[in-house]
Amino acid sequence: MMTPADLETVYEAMAEQLDAIAPTKRELFLAKLVLLLSNDLADAERVRQCIAEAAGNLDA
Amino acid sequence: MRPAGRAETDSLYFTYPHFDPPAERSQLSDPAAVAIVGAGPVGLTAALALAKEGIRSVLLDAKATFNDGSRAICIARQSYHILDRLGAVGPFLEKSLGWTTGRSFYRGRQILEFQMPDSPREKYRPMYNLEQQYIEQFLWDAVAREPLIDARWQSRVTGVEDADAGVLLAVEDPLGGYRLKADWLLAADGARSTVRGLRDLRLKGENFEGRYVIADVQMDHDYPTIRRALFDPDCRRGGTILVHRQPDNIWRIDYQLRDGEDEAEAIREDTVRASVAAVLQEIGYSGAWDLEWWSIYSANTLALDDYRDGRVFFIGDSAHIVPIFGVRGLNNGLADAQNIAWKLARVLQGKAGEALLDSYTPERRGATLDVFVNASKSARFMTPPTAGWQLMRDAALNLALSHPFAGALANPRQMTPYTYEDSPIVQPDDPAFEGGPCPGATLPEARVEECFLSDLLGPGFTLMSFGADLADSLSDLDITFVNLQPASEAAEVLAAEATSAYLVRPDMHIAARWHEVDPDSIRQAFIQSLAGETA
Repeated sequence: MMTPADLETVYEAMAEQLDAIAPTKRELFLAKLVLLLSNDLADAERVRQCIAEAAGNLDA
Repeated sequence: MRPAGRAETDSLYFTYPHFDPPAERSQLSDPAAVAIVGAGPVGLTAALALAKEGIRSVLLDAKATFNDGSRAICIARQSYHILDRLGAVGPFLEKSLGWTTGRSFYRGRQILEFQMPDSPREKYRPMYNLEQQYIEQFLWDAVAREPLIDARWQSRVTGVEDADAGVLLAVEDPLGGYRLKADWLLAADGARSTVRGLRDLRLKGENFEGRYVIADVQMDHDYPTIRRALFDPDCRRGGTILVHRQPDNIWRIDYQLRDGEDEAEAIREDTVRASVAAVLQEIGYSGAWDLEWWSIYSANTLALDDYRDGRVFFIGDSAHIVPIFGVRGLNNGLADAQNIAWKLARVLQGKAGEALLDSYTPERRGATLDVFVNASKSARFMTPPTAGWQLMRDAALNLALSHPFAGALANPRQMTPYTYEDSPIVQPDDPAFEGGPCPGATLPEARVEECFLSDLLGPGFTLMSFGADLADSLSDLDITFVNLQPASEAAEVLAAEATSAYLVRPDMHIAARWHEVDPDSIRQAFIQSLAGETA
């Protein structure tokens, strides 16, 4: 688990990066990021869980 | 299709022969053990494989020459083994271009270079490029030398009726019509099979969205025999292009049509010329070129539910249509031909039970379904069907520009020969083995002194042992015995000890293996491999 401070750093970096990317390229950026992080994590089952978890509550 | 002013078989580099219908008419209606409809690569191979077993066949083809155009151009390693066993591989080796390397590009930048498995212990390279006319020519040259094959050109089959222990064909050629009774019929008449239609059978499966034009051009292009795949290139945004080198300075350009691109427009000569010119610019070729031939196809996965219909067996494209980029259309067709030929020959000769023929569909349809799984994955990468697949494909390619690991997603799936695990005539594996090929797999290759393991195979079944002397107690069986050294390269590849043995079928698939062999179990496995009655 990350420290709250580290998580906040990531949160801010993502917000700034998303704003810096043209709206039409944000999906591509996010998909690349998933592949990159997945490769570092090297745990396909954990990534599949995260994919399912992130898909929850999208209409909340 | 060919450029305006050139006939269908007016090629820049190949002289199509002309075949007359049979001149000698008196014996056309003589009953045949086996009739084969379609003298394309698959029908020719089936006729040769039957002749090798001593079986006569009548080979019928509606055309007066070979198929037009280069069509299937990639021949896989296992197909060279099939040709080798038919004694026909010589001219193929001389003319074709072997290759091991593929490169993938995304928007003009290389993102992947892959090597197909190869090593000095392999007799043949993983893939060879050769235009289909040459494939047909070389097979035909072997057929023409073979007295057991009665080849009849310009001979169209117009009817197939079930008859007592066989089928009755109605055949028409320019000189007349006749009936031909055959005990067995092999339908090798291609994707639009006449026999399939006459039997009222239908292919089932999926049509993918992607449509591709394949165009052959002749040019002095200086690039090695390396398969190139161009994803999302400048000249065709959103599309995929494949470039293959063939003999005679012929290059295959295979490009995807855009959604909504009109098919009739896409195959007009001026459209093809403009599209090809744009691809050549993309790959940096600025010299002269001639347009040779072009065609259009879509990525389908279609197959018959059963490759057998009574006394009729479907082999090759008449039984299954697979996407072209898996390079398994021709290759699986040749394996179909070899598979049915050795089985049918033994049934006809009374050396096997008729149930042996029931193993044809599970083995060869299984191979087709395996191709479907792999080809569907390739198709989804080359032609993403939905927004989600498109986004992930684009993300993988884009990431691959900076991170090579992502380029691996662009690797076309290696098509290895299918393992007949669920075949009724393949024995369960011996769990005592640690490694090596399981029963149903093809025999791997190894160097044995000055030759290769495959060179030692007999014409039919072969028993490979590593010290155990089994020939004496099994001399009544139609088996070639090969004794190999323990601790040799072959023993290593086969994970074999001095007590081990492998029973190899005529098609190089492994029928059974034993870590500690005894003659009785070999006898049982041999009989079961031929669907015979075991004691």
